[in-house]
Amino acid sequence: MSKHIKTIGGRALRDTVHNGGCRECRTSCQSACKTSCTVGNQACANKKNK
Amino acid sequence: MIHAFTFDGTDIVLDVNSGAVHVVDELALHVIRDYETLPEENLAQKYAPVYGPAAVREVLQEVRELKKRGLLFAPDPLPEGYRPPEEDTVKALCLHLAHDCNLRCRYCFAGQGDFGGDRGLMSPEVGRAAIDFLMAASGDRRHVEVDFFGGEPLLNRRVLVDLVHYGNKRARQAGKEIKFTLTTNALLLDGEMRQFIGDYGLAVVLSIDGRPEVHDRMRPFPSGAGSYQQVMENVSRFVHSPHCGEYYIRGTFTRYNLDFTEDVRHLAEAGFQSISLEPVVAGAGCDYALREEDVPVLLAEYDKLTRYLLERRRQGRPVEFFHFIIDLEEGPCLPKRLTGCSAGQEYLAVTPAGDLYPCHQFVGRPGFRMGNVFNGKAGKNSANLFQKAHIYNKSACGQCWAKFFCSGGCHANALAFNGDLLKPYHLGCLLARKRLECALYLEAIARQ
Repeated sequence: MSKHIKTIGGRALRDTVHNGGCRECRTSCQSACKTSCTVGNQACANKKNK
Repeated sequence: MIHAFTFDGTDIVLDVNSGAVHVVDELALHVIRDYETLPEENLAQKYAPVYGPAAVREVLQEVRELKKRGLLFAPDPLPEGYRPPEEDTVKALCLHLAHDCNLRCRYCFAGQGDFGGDRGLMSPEVGRAAIDFLMAASGDRRHVEVDFFGGEPLLNRRVLVDLVHYGNKRARQAGKEIKFTLTTNALLLDGEMRQFIGDYGLAVVLSIDGRPEVHDRMRPFPSGAGSYQQVMENVSRFVHSPHCGEYYIRGTFTRYNLDFTEDVRHLAEAGFQSISLEPVVAGAGCDYALREEDVPVLLAEYDKLTRYLLERRRQGRPVEFFHFIIDLEEGPCLPKRLTGCSAGQEYLAVTPAGDLYPCHQFVGRPGFRMGNVFNGKAGKNSANLFQKAHIYNKSACGQCWAKFFCSGGCHANALAFNGDLLKPYHLGCLLARKRLECALYLEAIARQ
């Protein structure tokens, strides 16, 4: 049990390469921006990658 | 690479290359900040007198453990660099149903509706050809997306309705799932349209800027009169109707409302729970454009907004702010983060005449036409430019801690401000980094 550092989330990005990249998730700009680019808040649509 | 910061007394460390996020105590924050520049013995000497040798030993042990697990000081996930996949799939279209608008918003990047060309509506033939193109160009992708955009797409309601029916039919035939989004100023959002949206499950992005005086200043009718009252009535009637499913209230803030938390508050108090308020994108010559000198005020305002959202959450009245949403467990994979918005690749815009452009913000820009819906995607050179415009090729992104979240920023802004897809819009970067800190803080608090 860590006393000083509490990891609140995050999976190692490199681990998402293998099962990721299915490109079934939504296109980021379509949802609510249209004038910027925010990809980090998009949901993953690939169950294998979860 | 790490990014360590403190927000209202909460110390947070983002491990950039793994994406892991840690909430740490004060000693751990110091140790992690120094870890790559000082040997462990020196760290012990430096911090033991203040925090005690046992505590320093514990922190070092935890750091070593996380490092071993690849969650702290992780190496670059792609040390050899990134090679984008060689494919020509298109899975999302922004259909410009109308290059015309019933408002004359001052900041409109669409030239107040006409995108610098003739005002015009998309015909059903062009719209259906666009759907056919999408079905073919999406290959084996199951999910495809169509955004009805403009100008104001409800000026072309007949074609919108036709394309929802046609798109659903074609998707069924092709074994695909099609998702429609309507981006509208809500002026023509009447009872019949509300019913249609509900019946066919369209997601809706509703444009309203916030407080009446803020909205009316930038979003007048052609007559110059403010549109707030009509827009607010229609938006409210729709959002609070049983026909409303997925929606976003989408506003723009400018130099005239740097206190935009008050606009989020206004929208939240009106009962809207999904809100996106975006910084205006405008050249330095515009009176309402954001300037570098505004940055300290803007950053402080995002702090204020964060506290306001936290307060509402604690009161049991949460509001979702688009740019503060973050999913640390099931967020996008690395390939998605490297592809970014997909403009010019998987995502294209279609003009009323059927011409294809990299995205809605490139429409009408000379040299960026990428074919048309009748003959398919062309302009291989343009496509290559966009394919190569990723964070591993942008020098400004290499040492930026936010690169795996913003994916290098908006291509259109890079081109507009720096004339180069590989040079991100600096002001946008500053705001994106701040928003990410706010998002991580809210997530940290939610987990405590």
